[in-house]
Amino acid sequence: MNLMKYKLQYKRYSERSILIQWPSIIDENILQDLLLYKKTIEKFYGKAIVEVIFAYNSLLILYLSTIDNVYDEFSSLKSLYSIEIPKNDQKNKLWRIPVCYSTALAPDLEMFSQQKSLSKDEVIALHTAPIYQVYFIGFLPGFLYLGGLDERLRLSRKKSPSLNVEKGSVAIGENQTGIYPVNSPGGWHVIGKSPLAFFNSNMNLPCFASSGDKIKFISIEESKYNDISNSVYLNSYELQYEIL
Amino acid sequence: MKGNVEILDSGLLTTIQDGGRYGFAKFGVPIGGAMDLFSFSYANSLLGNDQNDACLEWTLQPPVLKFTRPTSICLTGGIIDASLNDNEVAMHKRIEVRKNDILRLNFCKKGVYGYVGIKGGFLTDTKFNSRSFFKSITDTCILMKGDVISYVSAIEHNDNYASVAIKSSMDDSNVLKVYKGPEFDLLSKDQISILLNSPFTISNLLNRMAIQLKEKFVNNLTPILTSPVLPGTIQLTPAGNIIVLMRDCQTTGGYPRILQLNEKAMNCIAQKRMEERIMFSLITE
Repeated sequence: MNLMKYKLQYKRYSERSILIQWPSIIDENILQDLLLYKKTIEKFYGKAIVEVIFAYNSLLILYLSTIDNVYDEFSSLKSLYSIEIPKNDQKNKLWRIPVCYSTALAPDLEMFSQQKSLSKDEVIALHTAPIYQVYFIGFLPGFLYLGGLDERLRLSRKKSPSLNVEKGSVAIGENQTGIYPVNSPGGWHVIGKSPLAFFNSNMNLPCFASSGDKIKFISIEESKYNDISNSVYLNSYELQYEIL
Repeated sequence: MKGNVEILDSGLLTTIQDGGRYGFAKFGVPIGGAMDLFSFSYANSLLGNDQNDACLEWTLQPPVLKFTRPTSICLTGGIIDASLNDNEVAMHKRIEVRKNDILRLNFCKKGVYGYVGIKGGFLTDTKFNSRSFFKSITDTCILMKGDVISYVSAIEHNDNYASVAIKSSMDDSNVLKVYKGPEFDLLSKDQISILLNSPFTISNLLNRMAIQLKEKFVNNLTPILTSPVLPGTIQLTPAGNIIVLMRDCQTTGGYPRILQLNEKAMNCIAQKRMEERIMFSLITE
């Protein structure tokens, strides 16, 4: 794949961190470019950096110690951006995520369809049609930021957030959709529920999906939801995916 | 041999903290760690511990602790009167503890967060390279009456204590050093002038995730795409509130980041109480 190169901005963020910014848009090519640059930086710096936090269009690099001369550091980072990119050997996956869109499990589905003047079946059809891009994980441990929601499902956040959105809730806020990995307060409209665990702190790899992966929601009946819930609880559920 | 600390009274919000969790932001795992890292590290230094050994962190109302085996402990951070079996003990000094000793700490006189360091550190479960309590990461996220935490009981200490030549009490400065945040340049001249020349007041909305300031600020900035944030990032919300993100903050946020505290200022603001006033001073390169 031939990736285009971007004009990046480098800024000091704190005494031991530097922010690198791409143009301020949500774009899959930016995601690919950013993930490769992150990999190069991590490989080159090794233990001199302790963390790289990233989102749609930025990388925040946290160094182990104070940065003496930030301009020297900018040059060193810039030289890494222009070098030949190593082949990305990690295969991305397309995850099939079962979601039950029954009103019993989706407290806001009724209200959501009314506000959008769509039938519940139309909401489900529009929500399960796209293949969503996983951009990054943030907000809560295991919360996936997904791109690709159908514009017809866009709805501004609730005026006052719900105090408790249940773990597994599939929700829509503005032009974004996501799954709550733990019980949490939240301002998005809950239109479904997934029986899968999106964050498990007892696993070395606590999230099955990662940036660059894709996701497709599969509508399931309530009985199937209960079956899968049980197998997830017993640790016998096999995640459904294909290699991209 | 392992000893146990029994929590006889939990205090207000008592947790176990170390230097924080690094390397797991890709899963949305926050950095966390001791609110006042200076006082936390100082406790470990006085005990000759590793810099990242876990300490107990209390909030305003400290817990009552009973020790089942001999060890050494140390008290740093928020200013308190302390006693071991009703005998007064000093802060910032190594305290020798015997079997069944009970440590009582009175309500905090100054500051918010205090630390009880112990020889070798507290041995709660490590999750993602850290013992710092956090909901959905560690099994326990707050210490309750009756809880028991273990430690290595070392009767014979290896007494190579570093002589610690640093200022012994927490930083009580009111001037906080800041870097420009990524969205700082979007502020108007008037906004910048107010931000850097007026005092701000700590509100009653404060916890391990964030501290909100009382003063409202005109906000005509457009929201940004969700972007990385760090402890010490100062955000301006659409309603015009100024929010200082603290150790347990999320890894990403969508509000403009107008300033960034330096590390000293982070430790300093952590110890401020409601109604205390602060000012921001820009670091120029």
